[in-house]
Amino acid sequence: MFGDYSTAELMSIFAMQGFAGLSLFSVFVLMALGLAIIFGQMGVINMAHGEFMILGAYITYLVSNLFSNYLPSLFSAYFFVAMLCAFIAAAALGLLVERVMIRHLYKRPLDTLLATWGLSLIMQQTYRSVFGAREVGVSLPEWMMGSLHPTDSIEIPINGIFVMVLTLFISLAVYYWMYRSRSGGNVRAVVQNRPMAAAVGINTQRVDAFTFALGCGIAGVAGSAFTMIGSTGPTSGQLYIVDTFLVVVFGGASSLLGTIASAFTISQAQSSMEFFMSGSMSKVLTLLAIVIILMLRPQGLFALRMRHH
Amino acid sequence: MFNQHPSASPHRPTCAFKLTSTATFKKLSLFVGSALISAMSLAAPSTSEINTTGLAVSDSTVKVGILHSVTGTMAISETGSVQAEKLAIEQINAAGGVLGRKIEAIQEDGASDWPTFAEKSKKLLVNDKVAAVFGCWTSASRKAVLPVFEQYNGMLYYPTFYEGLEQSPNVIYTGQEATQQILAGIDWVVKEKGAKTFYLLGSDYIWPRTSNKIARKHIEKLGLSVVGEEYYPLGHTQFNSVINKIKLKKPDVIYAIVVGGSNVAFYKQLKAAGIELNKQTLLTISVTEDEIQGIGGENIAGAYAAMKYFQSLDNDNNKAFVKAFKEKWGANVVIGDVTQAAYLGPWLWKAAVEKAGSFDIDKIKKASPDIELKTAPEGYVKIHPNHHLWSKTRIGLAQPDGQYKVVYETKDLMEPNPFPAGYQ
Repeated sequence: MFGDYSTAELMSIFAMQGFAGLSLFSVFVLMALGLAIIFGQMGVINMAHGEFMILGAYITYLVSNLFSNYLPSLFSAYFFVAMLCAFIAAAALGLLVERVMIRHLYKRPLDTLLATWGLSLIMQQTYRSVFGAREVGVSLPEWMMGSLHPTDSIEIPINGIFVMVLTLFISLAVYYWMYRSRSGGNVRAVVQNRPMAAAVGINTQRVDAFTFALGCGIAGVAGSAFTMIGSTGPTSGQLYIVDTFLVVVFGGASSLLGTIASAFTISQAQSSMEFFMSGSMSKVLTLLAIVIILMLRPQGLFALRMRHH
Repeated sequence: MFNQHPSASPHRPTCAFKLTSTATFKKLSLFVGSALISAMSLAAPSTSEINTTGLAVSDSTVKVGILHSVTGTMAISETGSVQAEKLAIEQINAAGGVLGRKIEAIQEDGASDWPTFAEKSKKLLVNDKVAAVFGCWTSASRKAVLPVFEQYNGMLYYPTFYEGLEQSPNVIYTGQEATQQILAGIDWVVKEKGAKTFYLLGSDYIWPRTSNKIARKHIEKLGLSVVGEEYYPLGHTQFNSVINKIKLKKPDVIYAIVVGGSNVAFYKQLKAAGIELNKQTLLTISVTEDEIQGIGGENIAGAYAAMKYFQSLDNDNNKAFVKAFKEKWGANVVIGDVTQAAYLGPWLWKAAVEKAGSFDIDKIKKASPDIELKTAPEGYVKIHPNHHLWSKTRIGLAQPDGQYKVVYETKDLMEPNPFPAGYQ
């Protein structure tokens, strides 16, 4: 396969391929983080996760239109405003959903699955009624669409770097919040032992609502970022949901570190296999490997030992 | 290889005034001297003569079905077809209807689910007794409804370009079958761009695979080479690896048949990876103006598409069509290849009914071959005995504003050949 190429060509291809793998890794982490928080910390399987992401994408679309119509001079910076708005909108909707629906279902995990699936259908149809069934095109500032040329033959997509930096930032922020802040400590306390956490004065209901809203908010930011690499339509969220669940379940539902490790494993396996064989075949092999590993290790890669409430 | 299109028959100026039934003719002869359409509707033939099989035809109306997905993942694509069919029906009604009867459309939602398509088509044919159905988009939905249409003897007008390998007496295929889209496109890119090597890429299902098979055969027949062929699952959103492979292989042409949301991801990532489409030739048969709305014109400008219709076609039929479409559905709406093909459906059905002088399905089947439409936005079309359309292949160059500029069209109409010998 490589006989005809010079060493320099091969080096640049491997460098770009290495970057492709890392960029897939950050995409996986970004889309799985919100789900992992909700699933891992609350045991709620949020089937509408993809739709919360697309909410972020639509918010980005609206903000980009707003900027190009009213503030064209600031267009190149609109994306940061859009991500903030996406976070706020998705988190607010998450809060509402938690208060109205999810909190009545905490003792019935299977019902949350059905309820959030129904919610995903409602959200899809709402997008279709509001924005139309066709995909919308989110126009991006020119600087985000180019590529960097460290050497003549290596091209590194800027949007890939952007997603990486964003993922790193959000992961660190979540880590800091979970392990260094008081409210993160409250969340971990509720996960480990709900009655005891309540007994020492933690408002567990408020913690639940906050956690769910945070997970949804992160999904919104992810959706906003993905307008750079993917489509924005009423059902686009469905494109991400399978991979997202795969990453979370494979990583071990209750561990954020597991989510990151699993995203790394899956993305590296997939992107290197994609390079040597066809896309569909590499997907088949990735899924097969995951099924076998989960059969041998049903709790996923990392599992925290914890007391169940 | 490209068959000459027989010249249009001169004795049939317009289909609307063609009378075949003698009974109709006698009644109409009362109005000798008047060729006005309003006169025709006054002289509508009696329902019992033109509807012998109990279809939903009354003295003043005829019911037809529209069957597309307006919910679910396919709604993105099928919305345009629904709009085009409704527009055509409205225009036909405004011009007096079909055999003096106004068309009433019953719309059903296939909901992007193939068994639902089958169930709804049965409902339309058995309960509503519609005289024709305009619908379906994916091949999977068409395959699901085909047995229903054959069992209950209905007529389906199917708008999408598709892989061919099918020919049913109960279906009129108003889009291109694969060879009509592929052969002339590849010939053009070989001649104009001096292409020698091709990289074939597609979403992983029947249409891209069959189309690429035909493309590969054709490329190899021309003595050129395919340096890569790959398929990605529907909905795939990460194309960085294949883009690196393309960079390694340096093909003269990327031949892309990626569909749906994957399209957006593919072109955005192609651009981000530094592949400039004004330097790297890319030919697609899956991106119409509809898809470009999601992709963004600036991300695909410079790519070529092989279609039979582009919104920018410069002829009077098309200008009138685009104007009417925008008046009805809004100034920002775009019209893709399939939307135009869907628009042809009601008009071809009307022409067949008038040629047959009857709404009976069997008579329409018999009358359909050789029906021509000179008012089609794509130009002149004609139904082949194999129930597909003779139509031209055109090459469009994608512009940053989301439209295509037509850079080439075949001189003659391409003969539809759903079972191409030597390409299987």
